Amino acid sequence: MTDIAVVGFAHAPHVRETSGTTNGVEMLVPCFQQLYEELGITKSDIGFWCSGSSDYLAGRSFSFISAVDSIGAVPPINESHVEMDAAWAFYEAWIKIMTGEVDTALVYGFGKSSAGNLRKILSMQLDPYLVAPLALDSVSLAGLQARLGLDAGKWTSEEMAAVAARSRAAAESNPNTQLSGHVDINELLASPFVADPLRAHDCAPITDGAAAVVLAAGDRARELCERPAWITGVDHRIDSPGFGARDLTVSPSTTAAARAATGGDVGGIDVAELHGPFTHQELILREAIGLSDATTINPSGGPLSGNPMFSAGLERIGYAAKAIMDGNAGRTLAHATSGAVLQQNLVAVLEGRN
Amino acid sequence: MGKSAVAEKFSNEPLSAPLKLQFDYTRSVGPTVGAFVTALRDRKVIGARGSDGRVYVPPPEFDPNTAEPLTDFVGVSDAGTVVSWTWMPEPIAGQPLTTPFAWALIKLDGADTSLVHAVDVASPAGMSTGMRVRARWAQERVGRIQDIACFEPGESTGESGPSSESEPVTMVTTPIDLDYMHSASAEESFYLRGLKEGKLIGGRTGPGGKVYIPPRSANPTDGIPTKEQVELPDRGIVTTFCIVNVPFLGQRIKPPYVAAYVLLDGADIAFLHLILDCDAANVRMGMRVEAKWKPREEWDYTLENIEYFRPTGEPDAEYDTYKHHL
Repeated sequence: MTDIAVVGFAHAPHVRETSGTTNGVEMLVPCFQQLYEELGITKSDIGFWCSGSSDYLAGRSFSFISAVDSIGAVPPINESHVEMDAAWAFYEAWIKIMTGEVDTALVYGFGKSSAGNLRKILSMQLDPYLVAPLALDSVSLAGLQARLGLDAGKWTSEEMAAVAARSRAAAESNPNTQLSGHVDINELLASPFVADPLRAHDCAPITDGAAAVVLAAGDRARELCERPAWITGVDHRIDSPGFGARDLTVSPSTTAAARAATGGDVGGIDVAELHGPFTHQELILREAIGLSDATTINPSGGPLSGNPMFSAGLERIGYAAKAIMDGNAGRTLAHATSGAVLQQNLVAVLEGRN
Repeated sequence: MGKSAVAEKFSNEPLSAPLKLQFDYTRSVGPTVGAFVTALRDRKVIGARGSDGRVYVPPPEFDPNTAEPLTDFVGVSDAGTVVSWTWMPEPIAGQPLTTPFAWALIKLDGADTSLVHAVDVASPAGMSTGMRVRARWAQERVGRIQDIACFEPGESTGESGPSSESEPVTMVTTPIDLDYMHSASAEESFYLRGLKEGKLIGGRTGPGGKVYIPPRSANPTDGIPTKEQVELPDRGIVTTFCIVNVPFLGQRIKPPYVAAYVLLDGADIAFLHLILDCDAANVRMGMRVEAKWKPREEWDYTLENIEYFRPTGEPDAEYDTYKHHL
């Protein structure tokens, strides 16, 4: 099997709102420039481009072609797009390199979440016959999921708040993220409900952002990066869209994806970057993957400190790779989610080699 | 020729304006969802029995375990038990209620899965897991999920409508209504501000660069950002065109008429506009045209300030002068 590694990662600062275009591509251009500079490459060194974004977020059809403009597609480029988190574009790029057609790929995701009413826009991804017509919003849906776990005794409000507090404390060392600082759990628990039983700290902040990751195969990866983050497994699975018919307190698709990506071995994972946009979802994910306390979760601050739509999942892969490229970890795991209440889940495992 | 830097620079500050998206999705419902919404029209709720023996409400089109079509329909109650709930303090337009309400997963009596809907209670204190709720039916029912207006505390009244003689529901229409604050790019913004003043402002990356109108953020061949504003004259040539003979919904001009690419003098890219004030049959490649502006008091941030282009009567441009812009 072709050896493929992540060799570069950049993301735009997580901010509540930018003044850029609704499609948000201005945030992308500096990411490309940073990667070209760090890797000593140009646009023409990239064999395949793949992006993740959403027309509903941009309020216009074919919004991703504006991003192709920001690449500069002259002479023509080899390009594709997914209407999902860019982690799924990463999967497509990984497959593309696996075919042997190309030996490098640049994956990017972007979106200006602040342009519309995000929780309403996200209802567009639900069953279009019987759920989306009710305008059931993403935060309320997560609230229904959170209460199921609370009622079942699977987690407590204190444990949920502890996830938020740990994320914000970790984000203190990340200048590019949106929420950080040391917070008192009791103070968090005294705050009002946003969507009972969810409080503000249980929900990822609305974030504008963009991210980009460079992949390369074999010797090309070794040329570009001193310590590439080799991808030893990637898999993604989906659960039934009928969320009233399944147990929302567990994530079978994450379990299946993790088992396939790790080969059943979750030991020795130094760092896991998990994409749970709500505190209780991180608890579901930890259990679904089977992570032990030996693994550091979301040292970047995670999505609870900044959750740019359609790039936050790709950022988990980027941060998990960065921990290896920087020499801070030997084996890492990245998780990304797309859709409502953890419907679709992707797991990637990365390793450094000495 | 014509490539002059703009004396009065227009601001790059992004222009923004509210953008309202409204459209209808019209979907065919098929045999399973169709049966469910047809029953709702008659004040009845039905589910379908899956291969695992469970009664799914609402019925999915295909069995989640075997992927077989689900059509073994089972009538269930219009009352049930709250399995989970959350509170909506500030309802969003388009949701079932305009006053604060609860969302709930509701397991109807006779069902093994939960349906999501709104529950009308005054405050979160009125909600609890395990509470009993019943459907509040809409006065007018057309065969859609909103035929249940919402749920309310209580038990089923046992009433249902008479079975309708009408044809089964085959389609549902879902209106979509989304609001954005749309922002233009810095370059689009100086272009639009120019139009408001009756000026055509393109952009280029710098000396020797190509002039684009509308301006791009960067030169697509090398990615160098646009740095310079360039004012262009309101006249140029037709590079290519088509004669529109077909009427279509929303058409504002009576066919036949000409839609053409107009290359302004000094520009390196043509844009699409109308050619009027002449017989469509006389329009040709290389023909010299000029803008016909609307009255100044009607100018806004739009290329519609130019109603159309019309022939100037000057000699046609030589093919070699524009062949690289086709």
